[in-house]
Amino acid sequence: MTSLFEYAPAPESRSIVDIAPSYGLFVDGEFVDGSGEPMKTVNPATEEVLSEIAVGTEADVDRAVKAARRAHTRVWGPMRPADRGKYLFRIARILQERAREFAVLESLDNGKPIRESRDVDVPLAAAHFFYHAGWADKLSYAGLGPDPRPHGVAGQVIPWNFPLLMLAWKVAPALATGNTVVLKPAETTPLSALLFAEVCRQADLPPGVVNVVTGAGETGRAVVEHDDVDKVAFTGSTEVGRSIARAVAGTRKALTLELGGKAANIVFDDAPIDQAVEGIVRGIFFNQGHVCCAGSRLLVQESVHDEVIASLQRRIGTLRVGDPLDKNTDIGAINSAEQLARIRELSEIGEAEGAHRWQPACELPDRGFWFPPTVFTDVSPAHRIARDEVFGPVLSVLTFRTPDEAVAKANNTTYGLSAGIWTEKGSRILAIADRLRAGVVWANTFNQFDPTSPFGGYKQSGYGREGGRHGLAAYLKESAR
Amino acid sequence: MTHVLDPGTLAAGTRPGPGPAAPFDDVTRSDAALRAFLHGLPGVDQVGAEQRAATLGTRSIKTTAKAWAIDTAIAMVDLTTLEGADTPGRVRSLAAKARRPDPDDPSCPAVAAVCVYGDLAGVAREALAGTGIHVAAVATAFPSGRASRAVKLADVRDAVGNGADEIDMVIDRGAFLSGRYLEVFEEIVAVKEACGDAHLKVILETGELVTYDNARRASWLAMLAGADFIKTSTGKISPAATLPVCLVMLEAVRDFRAATGTQVGVKPAGGIRTTKDAVKHLVLVNETVGADWLSPDWFRLGASSLLNDLLQQRQKLRTGHYSGPDHVSVD
Repeated sequence: MTSLFEYAPAPESRSIVDIAPSYGLFVDGEFVDGSGEPMKTVNPATEEVLSEIAVGTEADVDRAVKAARRAHTRVWGPMRPADRGKYLFRIARILQERAREFAVLESLDNGKPIRESRDVDVPLAAAHFFYHAGWADKLSYAGLGPDPRPHGVAGQVIPWNFPLLMLAWKVAPALATGNTVVLKPAETTPLSALLFAEVCRQADLPPGVVNVVTGAGETGRAVVEHDDVDKVAFTGSTEVGRSIARAVAGTRKALTLELGGKAANIVFDDAPIDQAVEGIVRGIFFNQGHVCCAGSRLLVQESVHDEVIASLQRRIGTLRVGDPLDKNTDIGAINSAEQLARIRELSEIGEAEGAHRWQPACELPDRGFWFPPTVFTDVSPAHRIARDEVFGPVLSVLTFRTPDEAVAKANNTTYGLSAGIWTEKGSRILAIADRLRAGVVWANTFNQFDPTSPFGGYKQSGYGREGGRHGLAAYLKESAR
Repeated sequence: MTHVLDPGTLAAGTRPGPGPAAPFDDVTRSDAALRAFLHGLPGVDQVGAEQRAATLGTRSIKTTAKAWAIDTAIAMVDLTTLEGADTPGRVRSLAAKARRPDPDDPSCPAVAAVCVYGDLAGVAREALAGTGIHVAAVATAFPSGRASRAVKLADVRDAVGNGADEIDMVIDRGAFLSGRYLEVFEEIVAVKEACGDAHLKVILETGELVTYDNARRASWLAMLAGADFIKTSTGKISPAATLPVCLVMLEAVRDFRAATGTQVGVKPAGGIRTTKDAVKHLVLVNETVGADWLSPDWFRLGASSLLNDLLQQRQKLRTGHYSGPDHVSVD
């Protein structure tokens, strides 16, 4: 008997999900061919091609927008709000019933560990539909006037880091408020959106209420720039967000943007250290760090720096990197070769600029896209790894001496999506949170999401909120009081 | 937070007896100093600790890993009977089970110890002679600990005299909760002395200490006083062993070894009834303190009904089917 506790492989079976060899666009309740040259979607953990995906052109997008407009004018707009709510409840229940299928598919297409897709992505996606289903017939009480009206057709472009969850964040409030949707999923992760399209059919959602047009940047541009789209919602990089803002400027379209981040996770010397270390790990290594609100800058008080870093490194040494479908995997694959290249490049720049790189000993699979959990110490606020969003499992550690310095450094970023505070002192949490310019501030926890809680950014992290009562405002026109 | 800037200024007198190991040899010089030290330990965030324990509880332990975990868990069991109705006959029958938990399978490991009341330690000692299985006895007015120190120490000496080589003592929770930490410390030191060569397990009774902060402070207090093991519970109070409280205690022994070089064992007891519970605890050990604690010398499971579930799961793994309760012995 060895004294080592080696976990045997515990892979989730992929037989629960059927992936078709090719997928079309979902327009007006039907799967139809796309006019563009089809693209392939791969499993980033193995580089295996999963399926061939249709690419929507301007003409395809136009068909989808027309279908959405028709559905809005004839069916979804005039429908009794309580009936709209029924559809949303139905979708939420189907998501729960097919949770395992969605979780496996999401992990296959995205590379995230099944533990996260199973315990976070899919349950939260269902929760968003449940939450918004409840709002559908109560919008008069949302504080937006006695009779707030939907915009009409919403064009939505979502990222690859939480494909199904970001879909839920966008589609659920849009439908609950009476809008119809043309959704463009990310180029590298279209499969769960296509399975969601099937769920829409299963739920007997009227044709045209939800349309899914797959493709890359050009398809997204066509959605955003289409004349008959009333409302644009985008989650993704700040760079693309900026070009969307430019494209939408001067039109009647309403716009919300949820962009990048470079969140500070502030650890004071009176923090619950063990839980803070957990929070740091959860903050930056959750979803391989492919999280816009990731706690990528650790601000730790100098007096506990060594203790926290030692503890953090020990903890990172226990993280299990590997097969995303293994139920014991903590860190899965990087989503694409392109993203991996960016993470590598920024890490090399970090080293060249003088920061100290630390990585645990860990074996990475031969195939697929992988990057080990990484911590940079001796990082100065001037370093690029302290300023640029890496969007990977890379943590930059900075220090501070006083609360004022912590606040100054935390706010010293062009972003402002999220932040974390770790201290046992309640009054300090409130005082610091007040001064942080970030849309979400977590206290003694990190990366917690709930449909009732609005999420969104300051500064270059975008504008508008998703979730909660505030999130409804993005999809409604306030009525005259 | 440290509430006294220089605890030394408040020292009323020096404490007799052996002190804790460096670098903590001065923290027990006065009640104020000990209080400042224990309250200066990092706090435990309840939500975070429970979340971490729950996450580790989702680990999927299958096939070879499960077989290893079951055998390891069996070897870590302190097979316990602590009833008013205990008799020499019952203790002998328990001892027989401890030696050969699965009579049909000689490859099944023996348990770590048999745990009884002190007056029956002699019976257990005799029944386990030559096996290497330890005899643990609860002492110090178990389970409440409400007796004068002289009685408690006599209780310990009696159990050791009867043949116990492990003593499971209870701390004075009343003194702990009213902040008389030095009193609790001195009592553990005195019990340790009375134990002689016997190993000392200190029961914190975390169900009565209630908060995780208290569990961490009591863990440190016991380790400073020379505990060989820290143990969650008597099994007479609910809640007994829980995953988060075990997590907090494992963090304490980990940090204590890092600071002093001394390794202390951990024993969750009470409420661990199923193989699943036991495996979750082993995962917790594995990912919190690592392989150094994954042996009966450093981790025990205080339990009675757990053993039969482990045996049934073990048989299931070997034969592929559940055998039913009649295929393991009733005790």
